[in-house]
Amino acid sequence: MEANRIQLADGVYLTYLPGRKFKTSLLSAQFVTPLQQETAGANALISAVLRRGTVGCPDMGALSAKLDSLYGASIDYTVRKKGENQCVGFVAGFIDDRFAPQNEKLLEPVSGLLGELICDPITRHGRFVPEYFESEKTNLVDAIRSILNDKRDYADARLLQSLCKEEAYAIPRLGSEKDVEKLQPQKLYAQYKKLISTARLELLYCGSADLERVEQALRAAFSTLPRERVEEIAVALPHIGREKAQYVEEQMDVTQGKLGMGFSCGSDDTAALLMGNTLFGGSSNSKLFLNVREKLSLCYYASSVYHRQKGLITVSSGIEFENYQKSYDEILAQLAAVQQGDWEDWEIEGAKATLLNAYTSMNDSQGKLENFYLGQAATGHTETPSELAEEVMQVTPERICQAMQTVKLDTVYFLKGKEAAE
Amino acid sequence: MKQTFYDRIGEAVYRETLENGLQIYVVSKPGYTKKYAFFATRYGGMDTRFCLDGTWEDTPAGIAHYLEHKMFDTREGNALQELAKNGAEPNAFTANAMTGYYFDSTEHFEENLRILLSFVSIPYFTDESVAKEQGIIGQEIRMIEDNPDWQIYTRMLQAMYQNHAARTSIAGTVESISHITAQTLYDCHRAFYTPSNMVLTVVGDVDPQHVVDLANRVLPKLSGPVIERDYGEEPEEVAQKEISLAMEVSAPQFLIGFKCKPVAPGPDYLRMDIIGDLACDILLGDSSPLYQRLYEKGLINTSFGGAFEMMPGVAYLYAGGDSKDAHTVSAEICKEARRLVEEGVDEEFFQRVKKAAYGSELRGLNSFETIAVAMTEGYFNGFDPLKFPQEFETVTAEDVRAFLAENITEEHAVLSLIVPKEA
Repeated sequence: MEANRIQLADGVYLTYLPGRKFKTSLLSAQFVTPLQQETAGANALISAVLRRGTVGCPDMGALSAKLDSLYGASIDYTVRKKGENQCVGFVAGFIDDRFAPQNEKLLEPVSGLLGELICDPITRHGRFVPEYFESEKTNLVDAIRSILNDKRDYADARLLQSLCKEEAYAIPRLGSEKDVEKLQPQKLYAQYKKLISTARLELLYCGSADLERVEQALRAAFSTLPRERVEEIAVALPHIGREKAQYVEEQMDVTQGKLGMGFSCGSDDTAALLMGNTLFGGSSNSKLFLNVREKLSLCYYASSVYHRQKGLITVSSGIEFENYQKSYDEILAQLAAVQQGDWEDWEIEGAKATLLNAYTSMNDSQGKLENFYLGQAATGHTETPSELAEEVMQVTPERICQAMQTVKLDTVYFLKGKEAAE
Repeated sequence: MKQTFYDRIGEAVYRETLENGLQIYVVSKPGYTKKYAFFATRYGGMDTRFCLDGTWEDTPAGIAHYLEHKMFDTREGNALQELAKNGAEPNAFTANAMTGYYFDSTEHFEENLRILLSFVSIPYFTDESVAKEQGIIGQEIRMIEDNPDWQIYTRMLQAMYQNHAARTSIAGTVESISHITAQTLYDCHRAFYTPSNMVLTVVGDVDPQHVVDLANRVLPKLSGPVIERDYGEEPEEVAQKEISLAMEVSAPQFLIGFKCKPVAPGPDYLRMDIIGDLACDILLGDSSPLYQRLYEKGLINTSFGGAFEMMPGVAYLYAGGDSKDAHTVSAEICKEARRLVEEGVDEEFFQRVKKAAYGSELRGLNSFETIAVAMTEGYFNGFDPLKFPQEFETVTAEDVRAFLAENITEEHAVLSLIVPKEA
């Protein structure tokens, strides 16, 4: 699929992806802004408050009625972290015009509504409607707290926070509970004005309409978007590994322990690290899966993720508390195996095939495409999925060893149970 | 091979029944690079009691799921790795009434399909390999036991059903799975993994004849008998009105469930599914008056949602999320249902919700997995899921009102709660 990226206005870009095979169209509008402790919570709250009502559709009832009449179009607010940038905005999904029973046009009204949500929110006395502000603030605090409910996510987040202490990458995408509690209506409205006038806006469309029509619809929808000096997006600095690994432990009333391990990568050969990580713990064919799970039955899940922007690899697993040392040793042993090139041909072929499949099948999902191209735009990259696949195909075993030998243990996080109550 | 075009939704399906009884569906998807195969048996977490060779067998809770894990073992090694070597992304799941094995791949599709058909139809277990899995599944059970979403849902079903096997946890418990042996797994495989109890669905840009030829080559020529199952006699009354558990969570959570009248297999099954979904949207969906009222009062937040579910002998509508006052929310839901029954469903609102629900069905067709699972459920329950546009046309506001009147009442309601543990 050929992506087409054009500039619509100062700091406003459109990524256009033609896709006739889908039943739906996807339209996304995302502000990309450096992730900062002071603004993360406010930006997250802004998108939630905006979703409550516009001048034309002032409450949830009116908005829902409008979306229902557009054949159940959805407009979800999103808050994502891409590298050290925060992306906030909306993703709309709606059935493709070809399948509208009366051949109604849906792109234009959905674009219009998207533009309204961003540029024309319902306000009272020059700020957001107080009830909307208050209830979304409560909801956001609840959402931040609720990370505790999924212990796997919780452990992954805690590992990253310890690993990247003092770095923007450690800031949670929704901000912190403490910062959100402090937000005031007036300040939030000012931050909203600043965000929409100075942050870069990334628009993305995927569907059957031609570029000209999409451009026209979006130009009309965002004609009142204020634009002032557009700020630069953040470029993530690679994580500098600790001399000596740190160990963090927490206790909770749980039945399963969570072991997380964070590693710094000294190499900038990203394609080789991507391959190395896939061999290590990135697939159901990986060393972690085959050994920690299948051979030793230590866990149900043990997998690793490569964080390209920060030069990090993190491992996540769920184990019996008393198997901590066994699992810890085995994870390090499997990393050592990858570093020493201790693998068979099929493992390399499998890892390549896994990555190739992931990149090529991306073209079959509008959601994956949107997430991928937003990530590229927010981190200053321009490769297409097939170009990335091409790079991976050219990685040699020597390069994998070299790159993986720079991978060093940095932080260990362990969530364990409380002593049984007497 | 029979080919059907569904003009209104732009789909085409090839159908074939093999001599051994296996049903095959191929859903064409020109333009897509990904190809998806889903091989499923009508056997899930609730099929623990059945009649094999004239004797009634009681098998341990969690056995269908255990079998799913062990099916990937082959005489030569492990099918998961074989598929992954080809870049396929294989996986499997066990639901209450089915077990499905699937992969998607962009290359070597036919080779991958051969591997799928082969490992699912040829069991290979040893006592040692079965024992080893106890550790892995034991950790999976520990993981879900720490998950409040799983706890609240499972416990809601246990409150709702007195005897029906739907109240059995699909994964079982660490204790129940300890009784599973290689022999019990072989018996269950023989009983349920027989071609006439299975269906293969392929979605993508593939040659349907190749799929049929491959299945004929790889799968057994003959099928076993149809197995009788016993889900237990289920009265109309719920088992328990309220059930509660303390966990390490950030906020109290609730699920309210309404035990509904089950529907026999056939075209009515799809119709009831649509009516139940619409009733759920009209009663408490995002655009319902009740949702807005509760949201604005701060009684629910965006975590709130609901759905209507059906399986053999079972149907229920449920809704929930975080709330500081679950009892008030539950009472409001029952009250709104009563109001809708008394006053009827507003025609304009009904048409709007129907329009949205239609769009949502259509959007589901973007997902190969959604299509395959729908075709499979349709086969097991005697309906064609791609005929939803026709059903939508004939469903009326009165159908929804009648559904609410029969099912969404206080005596059919149960409440499942998770409360934060005191530190």
